[in-house]
Amino acid sequence: MIRQPRFKFRLYVAGTTHNSTRASANLSSFCATHLPDRHEIEVVDVLREPKRAMADSVFMTPTLIKLDPAPDRRLIGTLSHTQLLLETLGLET
Amino acid sequence: MKSTKRLKPNPNKAPTGIEGFDEITNGGLPHGRTTLLVGQPGSGKTIFGLRFLAHGAQVCQEPGIFVAFEETSKRIVANAEGFGWNLPELLRKKLYIVDAQPQPDSVQTGDFDLSGLLTALESKAKEMGARRIVFDAIDIMLALLPDAAAKRREMYRLHAWLLEREMTAIITAKAGGDEATSLTEQPFSFMQFMVDCSVALNHSVSLGVSQRNLRVQKYRGSAFDESEAPFVIGKDGFDVAIARALGRLDTAVSDERVSSGVARLDTMLGGGYYRGASVLITGFPGTAKTTLSGAFIEAACRRGERTVFFSFDSDGSEVIRNLKSVGIRLERFVKSGLLHMVSARSMGGSAESLLVRIKTMSRSHRARCVVIDPVSTLAKTGNELTANGVAERLVDWSKSNGTTLVCTSLLDELSGELEGSTPLQISTMADTWIHLNYLVQSGERNRGLSIIKSRGTAHSNQVRELILSHTGVTLADIYTAGGEVLMGTLRWEKESAERVANEVAEVAGKLKRVTLKAEEAVLKVRAKSMDTELLAKQVEKTLLDRTTQSRKGEWSRGRIRMRQLRRANRTNPQQKPENL
Repeated sequence: MIRQPRFKFRLYVAGTTHNSTRASANLSSFCATHLPDRHEIEVVDVLREPKRAMADSVFMTPTLIKLDPAPDRRLIGTLSHTQLLLETLGLET
Repeated sequence: MKSTKRLKPNPNKAPTGIEGFDEITNGGLPHGRTTLLVGQPGSGKTIFGLRFLAHGAQVCQEPGIFVAFEETSKRIVANAEGFGWNLPELLRKKLYIVDAQPQPDSVQTGDFDLSGLLTALESKAKEMGARRIVFDAIDIMLALLPDAAAKRREMYRLHAWLLEREMTAIITAKAGGDEATSLTEQPFSFMQFMVDCSVALNHSVSLGVSQRNLRVQKYRGSAFDESEAPFVIGKDGFDVAIARALGRLDTAVSDERVSSGVARLDTMLGGGYYRGASVLITGFPGTAKTTLSGAFIEAACRRGERTVFFSFDSDGSEVIRNLKSVGIRLERFVKSGLLHMVSARSMGGSAESLLVRIKTMSRSHRARCVVIDPVSTLAKTGNELTANGVAERLVDWSKSNGTTLVCTSLLDELSGELEGSTPLQISTMADTWIHLNYLVQSGERNRGLSIIKSRGTAHSNQVRELILSHTGVTLADIYTAGGEVLMGTLRWEKESAERVANEVAEVAGKLKRVTLKAEEAVLKVRAKSMDTELLAKQVEKTLLDRTTQSRKGEWSRGRIRMRQLRRANRTNPQQKPENL
């Protein structure tokens, strides 16, 4: 059996706005379903750390950045389309 | 960059530094409010925004942020390099460009908002004390939003954020190619309601010539010029051409005269052109329009005045060579830097852009005299509509800074027979209008010069013959006789015929005088001899008288004596002898 890669995510949110909370929830449930025990999520609140957002050129919230496995991918929005997530992250079999 | 017109600073306006635009809007964009800038691709939105920020940072002590949704900051800085705004210097402290382009590989899943951007901007703005902000190509970002409601929501979020911070903002957006859809589908219609000021940039090509227009569509709480104003993206970035704004102070007029370079023409004009006047020289091809303007230039350079010569017909060096043949030597002034010859034959583009180039070049040369040869170039194909306005502004511009402007203008050989219709209608605006024409007579073409008008000057009404020789340009009186105007050889012939006639008459007169003198002498001699004769006759007469008397006396004495001798009668010696 091939060792499956671990996924490392960074999710930029803007406080507790509607879109941001939905994205958090969507990501958690997605990872629980498709990437059980092989994911890591860092949540950055742009309201508290605007400089990090600037440094990462994150201007639309919520934004999800997949850091591992390479290459980086960006997903903007509430992450509500599971199928699109699967395709983007290369998890489709 | 030099700001030419100092406007009264208005606390409610944020000047853009764009010449012309600040005048249209009476001082600039609404301060602390949002302006929407709509235009097609390539209409100059980004440059407008950058100019606004650069001016704020350099002149108004208002640092600014540029949010680039479309181009990267690197490209923006590179593109703006040619405008001389010194962006790299500004970028250290007073200007910040945010690269907010959506990552090309980013995937959009569901709704999102701009909170991230706004918080990032917030911290940046605080850090650098930014007062101005430009969102360039907001449409790119909006296109990612899933529905119209979301677009609207984000625009309102942005607008509210801007208002709260009292930032003077420009939001630029592309106008859709298709007007019908742009009204309904694009979010600009509601944006128009939202913002306090809206400016539309338009770029069209008519007959192959690019024309740019700018129009202020709305401006809450301020008067503004509503008409379309042409503009040009030139060396300084942006130049909005406007007709003279109402209420602007009249420029100081001068009574000073400047020489036209032709002594007799100066006399005809009562001393020369007025300083700061616009002079129009019209005429058919080859009537020495360029030569006349060359004479003006030489005179100006001799006075030490900086001059620019725009030659649209031939190269500057050709003009210099050609003028040398009539004794107008300009190389030395070109060498000394006093005279700037601009070979503008290849200078293409709209009349508007030509005007801007004329203005910038004259300004950078600090010219006091400008010659445009010929100004009719402005009305080349594709520019007919705008050329009149351009000519008007050309005259206005030269007046407003006291530049003496000499324009030559070609008259159409066919239509131009009617003196009075010049292309561009510039003749109505010109202060002095000199017309050159040919007079064809007995196989000769001769140049005639007349002054059609010269405002504020008593001027000669006479047509003069313009004579070009290797020593220079001179004017000769033409010969008018019996309602006939004679020039050239005919004039010369007539003149020499007259000279001969004069000589003949003179000789005849001399001859007559001599004859008369002789006759007089003869008469005098005759008179003298008559006198003598008269005298002789008088003597003779006296003698006769005397003889007669003595004879009478003798006779009476004889009778008395005889009587005494005869003693016939008593004699009385006392008695007078009496006639018997």
